[in-house]
Amino acid sequence: MRIVQELLFIIAFGMAVYLFSTKVRQIRRNILLGRDKDLNDHPDLRWKNLLLLAFGQKKMFRNPLVAVLHFFVYAGFIIINLEILEIILDGILGTHRLFVPVLGGLYPVLIGAFEVLAVLVMLGCIVFLVRRNILKLRRFISKDLNGWPRSDANYILITEIALMFLFLTMNTADQQMQLRGSEHYIATGNFLVTGSLASIFNHMSDGTLIAIERTCWWLHILGILAFLNYLPYSKHLHIILAFPNAYYASLEPAGEMENMPAVQKEVQLMLQPELAANEPAPEGIPKFGAKDVFDLTWKNLLDAYSCTECGRCSAACPANITGKALSPRKIMMDTRDRAEEVGRNINKNGAFTDDSKTLLRDYITEEELRACTTCNACVQECPVSISPLDIILQLRRHLVMEESSAPAEWTGMFSNIENNMAPWKFSMDDRDKWATEMNQ
Amino acid sequence: MQIKTMATYAANGETPEILFWVGCAGSFDQRAQKITKAFATILDKTGVQFAILGKEESCTGDPARRAGNEFIFQMMAQNNIQLLNMYGVKKIVTACPHCFNILKNEYPALGGNYEVIHHTTFLQSLIDEGKIKMKEGGVFKGKKITYHDSCYLGRGNNIYEAPRKVLETLDAELVEMKRCRSKGLCCGAGGAQMFKEEEKGTTRINFDRGHEAVDTGASVIAANCPFCMTMLTDGVKETGKEDEVKVLDIAELIAMNME
Ligand code: SF4
Ligand code: SF4
Repeated sequence: MRIVQELLFIIAFGMAVYLFSTKVRQIRRNILLGRDKDLNDHPDLRWKNLLLLAFGQKKMFRNPLVAVLHFFVYAGFIIINLEILEIILDGILGTHRLFVPVLGGLYPVLIGAFEVLAVLVMLGCIVFLVRRNILKLRRFISKDLNGWPRSDANYILITEIALMFLFLTMNTADQQMQLRGSEHYIATGNFLVTGSLASIFNHMSDGTLIAIERTCWWLHILGILAFLNYLPYSKHLHIILAFPNAYYASLEPAGEMENMPAVQKEVQLMLQPELAANEPAPEGIPKFGAKDVFDLTWKNLLDAYSCTECGRCSAACPANITGKALSPRKIMMDTRDRAEEVGRNINKNGAFTDDSKTLLRDYITEEELRACTTCNACVQECPVSISPLDIILQLRRHLVMEESSAPAEWTGMFSNIENNMAPWKFSMDDRDKWATEMNQ
Repeated sequence: MQIKTMATYAANGETPEILFWVGCAGSFDQRAQKITKAFATILDKTGVQFAILGKEESCTGDPARRAGNEFIFQMMAQNNIQLLNMYGVKKIVTACPHCFNILKNEYPALGGNYEVIHHTTFLQSLIDEGKIKMKEGGVFKGKKITYHDSCYLGRGNNIYEAPRKVLETLDAELVEMKRCRSKGLCCGAGGAQMFKEEEKGTTRINFDRGHEAVDTGASVIAANCPFCMTMLTDGVKETGKEDEVKVLDIAELIAMNME
């Protein structure tokens, strides 16, 4: 019997790890579809960002109450994973609470601490469910989340509550069995939370208790393995990707826009044609701006996969606040959806085969892009170091430079700059009129 | 007052302490010209030796770049850099956060390396050095002033304190809007929005901000950007409070309060 359980466990575990790693490889491949950008400078500053923004969740603390609850859920989840290690080893080796002899008196203290965290995780998740579904905060009822994304958020919260419940029930049954001196249930000492709950199970028979304990153990670990495989399809991928995303976050001032060396060169040769003689002929026709995920940088795509769909960006976006079509959260969700679509295309055809779709227009409209004031509020608010603005600006560059698609007022502004050296139609001679007036 | 150009200085074989980069709005926009004049007056009174480029100045290329037209940006930027480097410019002060941002952050990649200072920071250092003497009693004493963070000074370049420090010298009561500092709401002009109609929505961004600013009960809204100036002025008009609430640039406030 024991060997059957062990075998079943090893098969389930192996399958889960295999499926997860396959999906992870696909996501990595999809992210690397983006163009190259070197983001390995200043490792010291990058590690600092990782510690502060990802581990420390600095931006979350812009709203301290939510930050604390989120911290419980996050820290709880990470720390309880230590317990998972024991569960997995027990599963493979057919042991029960393998770490008890190793850790001795420390063991019940640790498990007790995990139990407290488990309670806090449940509490946090309940508050989050209420915030999402009953309090109806604007950023959660937004149409950005219609359909799957809204369910995704709820599924995960409910799953976390269920997992924590299973963990605590398992321990309660275990504690009761220990009280009864059952040989298999090795004496660990009192667990902080479930130790005092054990009496609930007083009236149950040994058989029922063992059934409860075993069922919870299996459901809990299978739940965790399922959760692991759900992650890559969900906004909860951020619990992993927030870390690299913080590391690779931009170190430049937020106001700075990325230079386009190809255009710089071209204009340089135009202004100083004498340099052209020594220039190697450019290879191929350079592309300006981004039309699809391939034209964005890999960091843009990592951003997209890291997005938690929390909507803090859109809640701060002046365009979104005033009812424009633009929502920076939707920009990120669209980018991820398109990257996933391209990924499925590659899975099916071996290499990307034209599907006559692009990120621009099939996902993101011109109207959305036009509404951005480049105010950086979205970048500032994002707790996982995402820049929706960077994507918006690259798509705008494509519109203007590849398609000459700009509102008439902008076209006028461009030609004013070109002809009068100012965005308005004023005579260049009047530029210092104010000074002449003062000099009199 | 005698405002000299870089060309004049160069002709005399001299270099001024700083170049005052006026910017297109500051040069041509009637409202912004007053800010330019106020700042020039402060520079003159405090004995800062400065020059302007005059007719030789061109658009930095900011609105073109943000709208997506990199070619026009590069043309403007490379010409400007050639000019600035020819004059050997080291230090630039500007009253426009867009010019400030692009000169400071985006010109270096094209070979234009200067120390670039926004006028609010510059004013703070003049005050710290004791070069600006305020009037006895002060024009704004006891009045309520609220400060609007421009995006390119605030979030774009993390400058939140210098303008507030300058305002504190006015002896006024500084009241903050709910959305201030890094949470400040944009005026709606950035990213070349200034040059086009807003997209379809439920309201205009500057109306939203105008209401928020007026709701603080302040009689002065302090700005640091000529584009915010236009937007907020219209936003205040929309609330019907344009007689009671004035939008003024920090340079204007200081100029009015100086001895
Ligand atoms: S930068 Fe653009 S998208 Fe981001 S908050 Fe500002 S207006 Fe919205
Ligand atoms: S981009 Fe950042 S702020 Fe916006 S929804 Fe995604 S995680 Fe939240």
